[in-house]
This record gives sequence, structure tokens and C-alpha cells, in this order.
Amino acid sequence: MAGWIRAFGSRRRNNKPVAQTVGTSLADLPGQPAPRAVAGGLGLLAAMARNRAGLLGFIVFILFVLIAFIGPFFVPQTLPADLKAIYQAPSPQHLLGTDSEGRDIGIQMINGGQSIILVGATAALLSTLISITFGALAAYLGGYVDTLIMLVADVVLTLPQIVLLAVLATFIKLNSPWLLAAIIALLSWPTLLRAVRAQVLSLKEREYVEAARVLDLGTPRILFLEILPNMANFILMNFTIGMTGAIYAQVGLYLLGLAPLAGNNWGIMLNLAWVRGAIFFKQSLLYILAPVLAISLLQLSIVTMTRSLEDIFNPRLRGA
Amino acid sequence: MTTVGAQPTTTPQPAAAAQDEPILSVRDLCVEYRAAAGIVRAVEGASFDLHAGETIALIGESGSGKTTLGLGVLRLLPKSGRTPRGQILYRRRDGRIEDVLKLPNEELRRFRWQECAMVFQAAQNALNPVARVWDQMLDTVRAHRGARRDEVRERCERLLGMVQLEPQRVLHAFPHELSGGMRQRVLIAMSLLLDPQVLILDEPTTALDILTQRAIIEVLRSVRAELHFAMLFISHDLSLAAELADRVATMYAGKVVELGTVRDIFYDPKHPYTLGLIKAVPPVAGDLFEISSIAGTPPNLLNLPPGCSFHPRCAYARGQCTTDVPPLYAVAAGHASACHYWSEVQLSRKVIDARSGSLLPAGEAVPSPGEAAG
Amino acid sequence: MSGQPLLALERVSQVFRTRQGQVRAVDDVSLAVEPGQVVCLVGESGSGKTTSAKIAAGLRRPTSGAVRFQGQDIWRMDRNQFRGYRRAVQYIHQDPYASLNPVHTVFDTVAAPLRHHGLVRGHAETLRRASDLLVEVDLTPPENFLFKYPHQLSGGQRQRVSVARALTLHPLLIAADEATSMLDVSIRVSMLNMLKRLSADLGVGFLFITHDLAIAKYFAWSGHIAVMYLGRVVEYGPTPTIINAPRHPYTRALLSAIPEPDPDLTRHRDRLQLRGVDVASLLHVPSGCSFHPRCPLSEQGLCDVLRPELAPIDPRRDVACHVVAREKTEKVVASHPEGAACGPEVVASHPEGAACGPEVVASHPEGAACGPEVVAS
Repeated sequence: MAGWIRAFGSRRRNNKPVAQTVGTSLADLPGQPAPRAVAGGLGLLAAMARNRAGLLGFIVFILFVLIAFIGPFFVPQTLPADLKAIYQAPSPQHLLGTDSEGRDIGIQMINGGQSIILVGATAALLSTLISITFGALAAYLGGYVDTLIMLVADVVLTLPQIVLLAVLATFIKLNSPWLLAAIIALLSWPTLLRAVRAQVLSLKEREYVEAARVLDLGTPRILFLEILPNMANFILMNFTIGMTGAIYAQVGLYLLGLAPLAGNNWGIMLNLAWVRGAIFFKQSLLYILAPVLAISLLQLSIVTMTRSLEDIFNPRLRGA
Repeated sequence: MTTVGAQPTTTPQPAAAAQDEPILSVRDLCVEYRAAAGIVRAVEGASFDLHAGETIALIGESGSGKTTLGLGVLRLLPKSGRTPRGQILYRRRDGRIEDVLKLPNEELRRFRWQECAMVFQAAQNALNPVARVWDQMLDTVRAHRGARRDEVRERCERLLGMVQLEPQRVLHAFPHELSGGMRQRVLIAMSLLLDPQVLILDEPTTALDILTQRAIIEVLRSVRAELHFAMLFISHDLSLAAELADRVATMYAGKVVELGTVRDIFYDPKHPYTLGLIKAVPPVAGDLFEISSIAGTPPNLLNLPPGCSFHPRCAYARGQCTTDVPPLYAVAAGHASACHYWSEVQLSRKVIDARSGSLLPAGEAVPSPGEAAG
Repeated sequence: MSGQPLLALERVSQVFRTRQGQVRAVDDVSLAVEPGQVVCLVGESGSGKTTSAKIAAGLRRPTSGAVRFQGQDIWRMDRNQFRGYRRAVQYIHQDPYASLNPVHTVFDTVAAPLRHHGLVRGHAETLRRASDLLVEVDLTPPENFLFKYPHQLSGGQRQRVSVARALTLHPLLIAADEATSMLDVSIRVSMLNMLKRLSADLGVGFLFITHDLAIAKYFAWSGHIAVMYLGRVVEYGPTPTIINAPRHPYTRALLSAIPEPDPDLTRHRDRLQLRGVDVASLLHVPSGCSFHPRCPLSEQGLCDVLRPELAPIDPRRDVACHVVAREKTEKVVASHPEGAACGPEVVASHPEGAACGPEVVASHPEGAACGPEVVAS
């Protein structure tokens, strides 16, 4: 696990001259718990700060996450309908105005991010896990395994996703965000798998991989501890971009009404705004714009953040 | 205009000088790079003279500054490189002497390739893969000097012949159709297209097989004999210097540590680093000498030791070496060493297994193979 | 100790199919390494030495022929036997910058095989063994290196870590592919000395691949050299013999072409000139003896038709050349008091008798009188 754990560890440790006897140096070994967490956090921030645009994106993203997950504790979860205050313009009581049922948009915005971000991250995570496992296996083992996996990937790739989702929506009740995440993940892994496979194909010819084979370290170990840690940057980038894809997929599903309209999130807001004709009223513009802008800004922050993430796992750039 | 007055330690005069004044005179050249971690002094106070028709070898390992020095002569350093000090005095055919470091851009362009040409390291990949050799040669000439196609053609054919290549076959080929050795020879021919007075070669035989290396060495010899240019070649390979050089300069941590004729360097080295190099590269033919390595690790140019940069690895180091940077002391006429204790440096090698060994010409009786010692 | 060689390649061939045709990277090569012995594979690029080393280390499966470890074909072994082979035969790469995983520290790299094969228990023991290995390869004090990343080490240090890694499983043979070519001259020697010391102390044999005959001479002086050309072994014998008195024209050309670090020696020696300057390509291997287009001794009708076998021409040296083999038997016969009147008993009693090959016997004037059983004995 060393290669993975090392990602956010404090590498500055490794450059300090260690104590003379081997015994004493045990205390300085990586893999020791508590103090590293703090050092790790600072290390992460330092790494992100390497690129200004990336840092800005990162900060905005963190703000979104904080507001989306911590914000709801400070605002009411359900709002009563107030028919006297339909589509009101922004005012001191309702900073972003009200919707078609008189509910404060600002509060809905705060409540609405959690589900989107969570499902987006989960879908991206699932998709990444599937594609890494099978992509790496396909590339490393080659032969029949490779052909089979690529065949399945091609089939899934060519399925018309919207149609499939529409059909699924009639059979499965998509009332759980996890289910939604799973379905999005199941439809988006093929593209990432091809990229992973290409990378592993190239890495498996490297000399250190050959050295690991000579030492008889076994395929699982070679794949997960020799090859994949060298793809850490690549995987992180793909996960991040995958998140943007999953968010768009979600929002699209909500907009089309294929995903359950229970609860409240930006996607549902968009759907309701559309369905209830918010675009026809000048005062209600914010009802559509707010979620649109929020989603766009979130996506932008994620994409910009990747600039700092590009080399985050490169040992050369950390603490040398 | 005479050459600038020499420093306290004289730059050596070659034993048989065709002309008194050198064609290329590098005086106290310093090159530094700005790196993120600080300033890297890649070359520090290097001085040597190159006379007409002479061949000098710059020998050193990685980090010695030899490639930087070669690039510096043609002012081909990357943007982060600067030359804060020094002169590179070049004597044109009409006798005028100019400082290359002060040449304006247009004249510098003419200097490069017409007066002084370079064959780069790993040159086998320096040819444009999508253009035929003839087109590249024509381009090279046209870029520097207008000329008629048939004149250029004739010159190309002549030069290719001199490097042992068949012009008909090579001129219309693409680079990937030629072997590594052939490409190297094409590049040597290209560098001579405009008849430069000085040719600089950076690691001309690295990454080539033994037999190909031999072909390149022979080609360089014959071309040099025919065209009479002065040659400066840069290498980590001592044997190459033994083959081709008239004089040798060994470099360590950016400084020239020893300068002398090829016989001086190989048979009577007076610097511990040169001595170490020679003892680390014994001959294949002949006796089995004891080989020894040089203790320690190569220098970190960002953090050089005080005094003599070589002292942490030197068997002769003491007191003064850790504080005073040694200048180039004159050892003999034409031989200089940057070591405080140069007089103590002696080349002596133990013979582990003496052989009368030399290669036998075909047809002679095979001696019974002797027993290996130990 | 059994009389078997530790590792043997038996008529091994490796054929690659490329778009331009078939490439016989290794063509009918037979080699043996005895326990604790050093064998150097010498040749230029395209000679097949690297591929042969990879075949010997089990990294490539030959298209024909057998790789025998202590007598057994490794590709027919069961899982346990193969594991035993794997531990005994290790491999060191040429490029110190590529052979270490950039995201692993030295400790990770060395500890991985120790842990995976259960050779150590617990963190403390792993640390201790890793430190011992680093000391073994002259990386002292080990604590200074254990937690460094490859990019923080010099080329020489990385190569030593590679060697330490190869030693983790207590190998009996290490195949080192140009292990010193990418190192500076001043470090090269200490690396070679370290390898020699390991060979002496731990009894590890070496299959050392290099294109540099000077390195071969020094590393393998008490061992053997096999000279390869276009996938075939053309000469094989003890190092002093091969270096000081080579017989195959290619070996002689190589040795005479090496630039020596000695101006008098190198500027005034006679060099064996080869015909034609073009390097042969593995795609168009010449018929018969693959060296014949460039060989000054080549004879039409013989060398371009018949492929020479690697056969002993001295009691201790094998050469694959028609002309050299013939010269030798001519000399042998001419020097014999009985001259042309050879009979089987004469051949059998002749000191060189056992070294006669069937084709030599066939061309001998008394050919019919000698029988294969005589030759075989």
C-alpha cells in the first residue's frame, strides 16, 4: 500500500538525514499514523498552490462542497408554500427571489447541491473503479480476457443511453441517489476503460515492471502496486473529469424527467422551472438561472482544479 | 589585433604550430544556468587555444561542463544560460579577430556553420525524418549562402564521397533508410558543406557499435586530412581522444583541470582526476592492468566543495586543497595542470597478468592459450 | 554438486514476426553457465545478446529450443519448480533510470520481494535485511538511501539498488544486461568490482552482456566469453584466449577496431579490414555463414552456402567458421608424422582427434577411413 498512501504524505521527512542507527530510524518511518495527517493536509495545500488557476478552482470547489454539505444544517429543509409570494424578485428576505410556489430560492440552492455533488462523485468513483480494474486486467493479461472485455465495452458504448435510461426508468424506481449513481456509472465506464487500457499497455513494457516479473511478484501485485501507482495522476484526472460528466448526466436526467423528482436539488429545480414556465416571466429568471449558474460554476471549478492536480502524485515535485 | 594577454598560467603552445595565432581562443569563459534551485556554474574560467588544423579533445564525465562549453562557443545555449565572463576570440580567414560573444545576430548567423559548425550529440536523430538527404543539404547551404543547385550538388557529392558514402544512394534516401552510422556520416558531411574552419563534435561515437565507431573515426581522420579544418570534439571516451586528438583538455565540475598534448595526458598525467580516468579505462589489447575507480560521487554543481572541486575524491588532497581553488599551473611547455600537488602525480599501473598479446595476422600458428591468473 | 551446468540454453531460437518479415533475433544458440561461473555475451547491436539474456532469465519464451535450469526445461516445470528457478535466476537492466519504479522508495523496492516471498517477518526484520542488502552493494550508510526516491539518487546508486533488489531472493545466477554502459567511467569500475566481489563472496554466477570488450575482459577474465553476431554465437572460449588470440574473423575485426586509450598503441596498429561498410540487418540475414559478405576470409561456394557450426578447434575454444576450422585440421594433419596416411587409430590417438568435426573429417583425404565413432570419441 505504500505507493498509494504516500500520495499525500509528507515527503520532506525523507530528505532529512535520518538517525545513525537503524533502530532509531524506525521512529521516522512512513506508515506511522497521527502526525502525518496534519503534514499531509498541508502538503496537499502546498501542492494545489503550485498553479494559481488550479488553486482558485480548488478553493471554489471546496466552497461549493462546504455550502452543499454543511449549509443545510443552517437552513430549513422543507419550505412551506407561500402562494402570496410567487416569483418574487430578489429582496432582503429572499436573496434570490422565490419560485413558483413562493419558496426561497436561495435556501433551495443551498439544499440542492448535496445530492448533485454526491451522486456525481459516487458515479465517477464507481465508473473509475470498474474501468481501472477491467482496463488494467485487459491490458496486462491480453489474449482472450482482453478481447472479451473490449467486446463488452464496445457493446455498452454503442447502447443509446437516453433510450436505455428511459426504459430503465419505467422498470426501476430510481428513488435512491446511489441507484442513480450506479446507473450513470454503468453507462460511462467504457470510455475510461479504453484510456486506462492504453496506459497500462504502455506501462507494462517498462523495465521496472519487467524487474517485478523477474522477482515473481505476481500479477495482482504488479498491477496494483507497480503499474497503477504510476498512473495515479491519470486516474485522478479521469475521476475528476468523470465527475463533471456524471453531473451533466444527472442534470440531463432530471431535466428530462427521467430521474425521480422527489426531494430537492438543482436538477429538480431546473426541471420544475422548465415545466412551470419560469422562462416566460422576467421576475422568475433567477429560478432557472440560479441552478444553471451554480452547476456551470461547479463544473468550471472542477475542470480548473485539474490543473493543480495534474502532477500531484509525481514524487519529483513533492518535497525535493 | 593581437590576442589578449595571457593569464599568469600560460595557455600552452602546441609543439608544431602551423601558424602562431590560434584560430579559436577561449579565454576565462564562464557559463551559468539559472535553475529553480539556484545558479549552476556549468563552466568556470575555461581557457584553451585551438590552432589551425589541430584537434583538441574535451574529455569529461556528466556534469563536467564539456557540452555546455561546446554549445557556448557557438552561442547555442538555452535561454536560461548566460555567459557573464570571458571571451571567445575567433580569427577569420582574412586575419581579423572577433569576439564571438559580442557578435550581433546577423553576423552570428554567418559565423555559425560558415566559420564554425557543429555535429550534435545523438546526432543520428537530428535529421528531418520527412525530407530526403539532398533536400536537407540543399536547405542548409541555401540558408546560409545563396548558391546554384549544381554547385551545391557537386559539393555534396564530393563530401559524401569523403565520408565513405555513395552519393547516388544516400542523396535520395530518407533518413530512416540509412543506418545510425550512415546518418552520423551524413551529418558530418553536412557540417562541412560551407567549408568551416572549425568543426565541433559532441559525442560523435556514443551509442554506436564498435565497428561503426571505427568507421566514423577513420572518416574523421581522412576528412580532416583532406580539408584541414580544426576540430574540437567533446567526449567522455578517453579512447577517442587517443585516436584523434593532438591535445586534450580534461574537465571536472566546469573547470579545465588539465591541458596538454595527447602524449602528456596519457603517459604523464599530472592531475589526479586525469590519472583516475586513465586508470579506470585500461586497454583491451595487451597486459591485464589493475583498474581502479575514482572514489566518491560526481559533483553537485549547485553545491560545489570549497577550494578544489575534486578534493573530496582525491588521494593527494590535503590542507590547501580545501581552501584554495588551484589555478592552471604550468607543468612543462604545453602542459598545464590545475592541482596544487601536481608534481606528486605519477602514472603507475600494476600488471595483473602480462601478455605478449597483440593480434596475430592470419595464417600464423595459434599459441596455446595460457592459463588465466587468479 | 552435479556435473550439470546451472543454466543452459540448448539450440535456442527466438523468431519475431514483423511487418517486414521474419527476424531471427536468436538463431540456434547453445550456451552453458556453470555454478559460480562468469560468462560474457559480447556483440554489437542486433547480435541477439540481450534477447538471449532475457531468454535465459525466463523473461521471453524461445520459439524453439530449451532453457534448462539444473537440467530441467523451465517451460515445462510445474509451479513450484518454476518458482525455484525464478528465485535462482535474476536480471539486472541496463538503464538505471528506468529499472526502478519512480513512485517507490528504495525501501519499498527492496522490501517488496522480501515480503512477497515471506523471507522476512515483521517490519523490523524487513528493515534490517534491506539495510544489509544495501551495505552489500556498497550503499553505506544504508539509512541515507533507504527512504530516497529514485530521482534523488545518481545513476550509479540506482544501479546498485537494482543489484540489491536482485540479491533479495539469494540468486545463483544474475543476468546483467549492459549493467554499466550508462554509468560514468569513474563509477563503472567500482560497480564492476562490487559485482566481482559478490560473485566471489556469494558464489553468484553471472551472465554478463556487454558491447564493450574492455569491460568483458576485466569482468570475465577468469570466465568465458561468447561472441555473437546476428543472433549466432561465432566464438566461445576462456576470456584470455579470446581476447589475446581470437580466431574468428569477426572477433578479430572487433578486437582490432576498438579504440584504445593509448595513443601509441591505437594509432599504429594494424586493423583487420572488413569488406563492405554496411551493417547487416536481421531482416536479410545472408545465406550460409551470416558473416560472409563482410568477411575477408570468405570463400565462394563454401561460406555463402553452408552454415558453419560452432565447433571446437582447440580443446578449449569453439569457433563457427569453415575456413578457420579447415586451417586448423590442415595444420593438424600436416604436422602429424603420418601425414596423409591417416587411419582411424591414428586419428583416435591424436591429441586433437576429439576436436575434429564430421565435415572436417569428410574433407580429409583419408575421410572414408575415419568413422563417426572415432570422431565422437
